[in-house]
Amino acid sequence: MKTIVYTSTLGLVCMLAEMFNLRRFILPVAVLGLCVIFGLNAMSWGVNAGFYHNMVMIDNYSVAFSGLLILLSLFIVILSGNFYKNEESKISDYLALIIFTLCGALAMVSFGNMAMFFLGIEVLSISLYILAGSKRKDVRSNEAAMKYFLMGSFASGILLFGIALIYGETGSFDIARISEYTEITAPSPLYYIGVGMILIAVLFKASVAPFHFWAPDVYEGSPTLTTATMATVAKIAAFAGFYRLFSASFVPALPAYAWVLSAVTALTLIIGNFSALNQDSFKRMLAFSGISHAGYLMLGIISLYGKTENAIFYYSLAYGVSSIAAFAIAIVVAANVGSEKFEAFNGLGKRKPLLSVTLTIAMLSMAGIPPFAGFFAKYYIFSEAVKNGHLALVVLAVIASIVSVYYYFKVIVAMYTKESAEVLFTVKPAYAFVIAVCVLITVFAGIFPSVIANLL
Amino acid sequence: MILVALLFIPLLFSLLTYLSGERYSKLVALAGSIAAFLLCLSLKQPFMNGALSPIVYVHNWISNPAIKFSLSLDGLSFMLVALTTFLVPLIIFTTFNKAVENARAFYTLILLMEFGLLGVFLANDGFLFYIFWELALIPIFFIALLWGENKDKEFRNRAIFKFFVYTLAGSLFMLIGFIYLYQHAGGFGTSQLYGINLTGREQSFIFWAFFVAFAIKVPIFPFHTWQPDTYKEAPSAGTMLLAGIMLKMGLYGLLRWLLPVVPQAVMLWTPLVIVLGVIGVIYGSIIAIKQDDLKKLLAYSSFAHVGLISAGIFTLTREGFQGAAVQMFAHGFNVVGLFFAAEIIWQRTGTLSISQLGGIRNVAPKFATVFMLVVLASVALPGTNAFIGEFLLLFGVYEYNTWLAVVAGLTIIFGAVYMLRMYQHVMLGETNTLTATFEDLNWKELLVFVLIIVSIFWLGLAPKQFMAMMQPSLDNILNYALR
Repeated sequence: MKTIVYTSTLGLVCMLAEMFNLRRFILPVAVLGLCVIFGLNAMSWGVNAGFYHNMVMIDNYSVAFSGLLILLSLFIVILSGNFYKNEESKISDYLALIIFTLCGALAMVSFGNMAMFFLGIEVLSISLYILAGSKRKDVRSNEAAMKYFLMGSFASGILLFGIALIYGETGSFDIARISEYTEITAPSPLYYIGVGMILIAVLFKASVAPFHFWAPDVYEGSPTLTTATMATVAKIAAFAGFYRLFSASFVPALPAYAWVLSAVTALTLIIGNFSALNQDSFKRMLAFSGISHAGYLMLGIISLYGKTENAIFYYSLAYGVSSIAAFAIAIVVAANVGSEKFEAFNGLGKRKPLLSVTLTIAMLSMAGIPPFAGFFAKYYIFSEAVKNGHLALVVLAVIASIVSVYYYFKVIVAMYTKESAEVLFTVKPAYAFVIAVCVLITVFAGIFPSVIANLL
Repeated sequence: MILVALLFIPLLFSLLTYLSGERYSKLVALAGSIAAFLLCLSLKQPFMNGALSPIVYVHNWISNPAIKFSLSLDGLSFMLVALTTFLVPLIIFTTFNKAVENARAFYTLILLMEFGLLGVFLANDGFLFYIFWELALIPIFFIALLWGENKDKEFRNRAIFKFFVYTLAGSLFMLIGFIYLYQHAGGFGTSQLYGINLTGREQSFIFWAFFVAFAIKVPIFPFHTWQPDTYKEAPSAGTMLLAGIMLKMGLYGLLRWLLPVVPQAVMLWTPLVIVLGVIGVIYGSIIAIKQDDLKKLLAYSSFAHVGLISAGIFTLTREGFQGAAVQMFAHGFNVVGLFFAAEIIWQRTGTLSISQLGGIRNVAPKFATVFMLVVLASVALPGTNAFIGEFLLLFGVYEYNTWLAVVAGLTIIFGAVYMLRMYQHVMLGETNTLTATFEDLNWKELLVFVLIIVSIFWLGLAPKQFMAMMQPSLDNILNYALR
């Protein structure tokens, strides 16, 4: 509970700093604040408590995911210092919005009531709508914000409709009550329709096919740092919320949707991976690869009877840190070369060997090659899915990962084998720091996976 | 603990190599690989008396799933570890004659590769095996991609990438196989997997998941299409690593992780695999006869040889196993010698086209002699190492089916045809403008060849000791495979 309150306060402080003209201190304050919040969050480990009539429920699941989300937001905040360098007058707004995004995400992983879940989604989404359009003079950024907003509003509407139907059936928003109700009474079709609508909304937020159409354009049009936020914080929060909601209250409805979920998973894996093949922009490739990772995470969701939270958490962590590293490097390259295409990476291996090695590790991890974290992430997800009898889907997922090697290696090949004109290339210390930390986590989580995989 | 030291010496030295800078990196790398070899030799004692007495090391690594950092060295692994640790310094030494661009990265990758290879041969836990299996792939991918000498970069990128995707694709199916086995056995160790009871259908599923991975690595027909281009495009050191050591990973995998785990499925699919192996022998040989590119010819000849080895393994006979083990060992030396000869020709003439060469013997008698000896070994002349291997392999296939043995026996004739024809065109005849200035071997090159030739004849004339060292572990595997 404290975590959400302090995060909101930090967001407000950021906005107030603008008023009192304390812009210079705002970045250090935000970084420090997030570090403190991370520590406070970690201290509630092992606590099992509900707050405000169980609106918010703290348990190890919520603490673990909150910690991960705070960490990822911390990275994004550190990166934002240089990213918004040319718009110093707005930095407090941007930081406040990033922190509010985190606030929504925290609510999405620690809700005990569907009203709170809805609030979380809305706080997260609205902040992201604004951030997506934050390059005001760029048409693509405006388009991205508009598209995201329109589609997101529809999804929110559908979500509300679903929640209303569930309320009509069970008489409660509380996820524990809903679960108790379905244990006693056999639910009517209304309940199933309600669950279906909630499912659509959540799949939309998680950019799972066939509700993924907004993702590539929005990802590409938004400023890269916002894309990184959407691809990591928003997506992980959506999946963590998805799992919590369905494992806590909608388990009886799942058999009815089993084939839908399987089909959606298969479709996501296919569309995400095959669309990523033809991209010539690194950023757009990452957007499609984000869709394909949603497919792998779906494998964890469809096996949720088997308590797959560990697998989902490990996957989220591995995916989150390597994505942040990849996006940070994309920002560095775009700042120096002025392009987000694959050609921008030509010859990077010679110019910046260390940076290239880190990007190589991030890509290898995303492609699921040992000994990096992404490999164990896939391993855990696959083994949960095999355990729960989804062998065919796992075979499909493996084929999809082979396909994924093609596009992840495109950038590696570009870095090491292509030549390019000499460009003065600088990496800001903040970027170097974040990239190094992310890659270190990727390597250590790969060598000692049990530390994280046995957390929950 | 000694196994951990053996395994981590290359890793440690890869780090030192990277830190030592451009100039000294090759010396550091050589020192590290020789240190690993010496340590390996010091471990030979337990295997000399012909008992199955593996050296083991177990450390609990990951609790869920239960993955142990479990290493084991028995006779079979010892031979492969010895092969690896002997060949790696040799391969490093072959590069001493030329300036390697970005040397420290190159030698670092070679030692990382050695780390992965040793891990594959030492691992006694399926998951650990899988990790090292993949780990060995990454350095060789970069070695082949970045230090290849062909001018056509696009073609090289495509060839090497094909190799990477091919082998990765195969191994991911192996991963599913391991996950499935884990659900039933509750662990990845050989002790758990060798005793596992699965239905026939499950066994077939596991069999194919594993077999495809191993067959691509070896390669067994029809999974070989990545091989000729990769061997050609990779730099010589990379080709030697690939052909000399890396393909043994696939054969070793068949022996250690496939045959004992799913014996029923092996029985069921044996005829198919042996036929595929024999097809590989004939197909590889016929294409080799038609090749004009020296490196491609050697690639196809290697493909033909390993076809026979895999057929020998699947005969599930004592002789087939012995032959496979000896030939795995022998093939490592011979192929490194052959590719090194090709490298020398390439360095001095700038071409590998057989039809453009000729008359090298007139100007380089030392080279002609050592090359001849290596060629004779690879066509299995009695007295050389490959003779022992091929004889036992053919004997194994003969025990399985007479006609197949007759067909596979053509390998000796075909091998003589393409190797001797190649030798004739390259080395004999009149010198031409390309070969007239061919310098004879210097002492470094001569040393490499002398070491290879000594091992060729040592194994060829006194094979008994080597075979006795491997016999207990081969018998152990055979017992499980026939259970």
